[in-house]
Amino acid sequence: MSTKNWPLWEVFVRSKNGLEHRHCGSLHAADEEMALENARDVYTRRSEGVSIWVVESKHITASNPEHNGELFEPAQDKVYRHPTFYDLPDEVKHM
Amino acid sequence: MKNETLYKYILGIADNSLILGQRLGELTGHGPSLETDIACTNMSLDLFGQVRSYFQYAAKIAGDDRTEDTIAMLRKERDYVNVLLVEQPNRNFAYTMARQFLFDVYHLLFLQELQKSKDLTLAAIANKSIKEVRYHLRFSSDWVKRLGDGTTESHQKMQDAMDGLWTYTDELFHQTEADKAMVHEGIGVDVTALKETYYKKVNEILSEATLEIPESKYFQKGGKQGIHTEYMGYLLAELQYMQRAYPNMEW
Amino acid sequence: MSEEQVKNLEKQFEERIARDEKIEPKDWMPEKYRKTHIRQMSQHAHSEIVGMLPEGNWITRAPSLRRKVALLAKVQDEAGHGLYLYSACETLGVSREELYEQLHSGKAKYSSIFNYPTITWADMGAIGWLVDGAAIINQVPLCNTSYGPYARAMVRVCKEESFHQRQGYEIMMKLANGTPEQKEMAQDALNRWWWPSLMMLGPTDAESIHTEQSMKWKLKRKSNDDLRQQFIDQTVPQADLIGLTIPDPDLKWNEERGSYDFGEIDWDEFWQVVKGHGPMNKERMKARVDAWEEGQWVRDAAMAYAEKKQERKEKQAI
Repeated sequence: MSTKNWPLWEVFVRSKNGLEHRHCGSLHAADEEMALENARDVYTRRSEGVSIWVVESKHITASNPEHNGELFEPAQDKVYRHPTFYDLPDEVKHM
Repeated sequence: MKNETLYKYILGIADNSLILGQRLGELTGHGPSLETDIACTNMSLDLFGQVRSYFQYAAKIAGDDRTEDTIAMLRKERDYVNVLLVEQPNRNFAYTMARQFLFDVYHLLFLQELQKSKDLTLAAIANKSIKEVRYHLRFSSDWVKRLGDGTTESHQKMQDAMDGLWTYTDELFHQTEADKAMVHEGIGVDVTALKETYYKKVNEILSEATLEIPESKYFQKGGKQGIHTEYMGYLLAELQYMQRAYPNMEW
Repeated sequence: MSEEQVKNLEKQFEERIARDEKIEPKDWMPEKYRKTHIRQMSQHAHSEIVGMLPEGNWITRAPSLRRKVALLAKVQDEAGHGLYLYSACETLGVSREELYEQLHSGKAKYSSIFNYPTITWADMGAIGWLVDGAAIINQVPLCNTSYGPYARAMVRVCKEESFHQRQGYEIMMKLANGTPEQKEMAQDALNRWWWPSLMMLGPTDAESIHTEQSMKWKLKRKSNDDLRQQFIDQTVPQADLIGLTIPDPDLKWNEERGSYDFGEIDWDEFWQVVKGHGPMNKERMKARVDAWEEGQWVRDAAMAYAEKKQERKEKQAI
């Protein structure tokens, strides 16, 4: 008999309709039904959620922090993407 | 007491949740995985929540100095009227899940009917409990399937559990005097009418779990009359310990 | 990587922490940081799940339904907290099964206080009030620790734990205001749990290893002795309020320090329990090992079933 351990799953919970699902933690489960049930029992005991996503951790592709420079820093000087970049006279309202 | 029959009828419902909740509570901290441990405790908590609603109502009907706690913890063994099924011990996880499943199927069918009770308090409790029990059934059915259709070892263990517990299923559908009277008044559920659907549903899941449907023709009964298996006394010894050792105190 | 490069990385790493930046799982970190975190987080996780046992001991015997559900919910929370903390460890590449193995083989430690027996109902009150009280003092600062997953787990733990101590104190209060027999039960529990609770905050600073490094990494914000003083100062008035007596004849308010002076702690007893010779060490470990080993066939079955189901799905797809 093989003794494979229950894989790790990541749990995302929507706390109420209108809000996005947020990562709230992880757990172990043998299959997706169990992962959902366990997520319900572990992460929504205090009415924290109205919807749950579970995904096996191995299916998540994550960026590598070593690449943070090339991935994220180039956005920092693109100030023209923000409204405060544009000078308008104070008299212009509602813009 | 003005309504002795209704009082007795409520105990007949609530004692099942009380004793099953107590059995599940024994497992907290000892489950096969942390996740499963948490899940079983959740079911125990649901059941005790139901018990409290029922017994608070029963205490009100009694109208004397009885409370939810004295009703739960200060009766003699012969006065507990739960079915024998729920008092059976946690021999292993297969037994625990089989017992849960065999009760959950019944419990859900029962509550679906109790929701229609003319007694609005009972209907309201049923209405709240039914969501909890629907989840219990989902959880226990999944585990019956996992263990039945898992490994050779788990299959055997689940089959043994079903074979061992099957003999206690028929009692679920026996009518007590209180049952009959309450059915007559439109308050109670006619449990005899649930039997066919029950075995149909149970058999469906057992087949899916690749389990044999036990063929026992002999069934045990007595719980509803307060004649319990020998396991019950020990369960009550723990349940009642504090109330017996330190009578008339508040906690 | 050359030694110099590593030094450089370490320097940047320490600077990030000093700036209150969080470290996340995939970030570069010194090996010692990783190891220290695995050790501390797993000890913490083990304490949660071993800690379920002394309280679980009273679930079936709770004196009322209200107390029973509260205790069930509390012990269940501890399972949850163990789970959050094991998950945090797993972000550092060590599996829950490996951590269990360390616990079961006696290699890993857990909080010694759970090696004392719970012999009366009042012990549920004393544990909630004192043990959770001491734990909270330890844990609240960890919500701000440098390792992101640990800090997030602790935020969740602290939020959930806020009812635990209140639950315990309420039990004690009810007993202290009850019959003489109940009050005696409460006092007896306080007598037995007081000193172990003080020990729970760790050896005196003079004997404590790891402290300086842990402070830098925000694994620790205050020294053991400071935490202990804080615990005593906040707990003594709570005992006074319900008419219970702290079992320490040397306990005295020190006006000058604005704190309580207290008696000598029996550190021999502490080390005896830490080394595995407390009253319940063997039973606690046996209960954990039994649960794990008896659960093996269940976990295997669930995996086997999951694999079969997956195969069926794949076949259907073809």
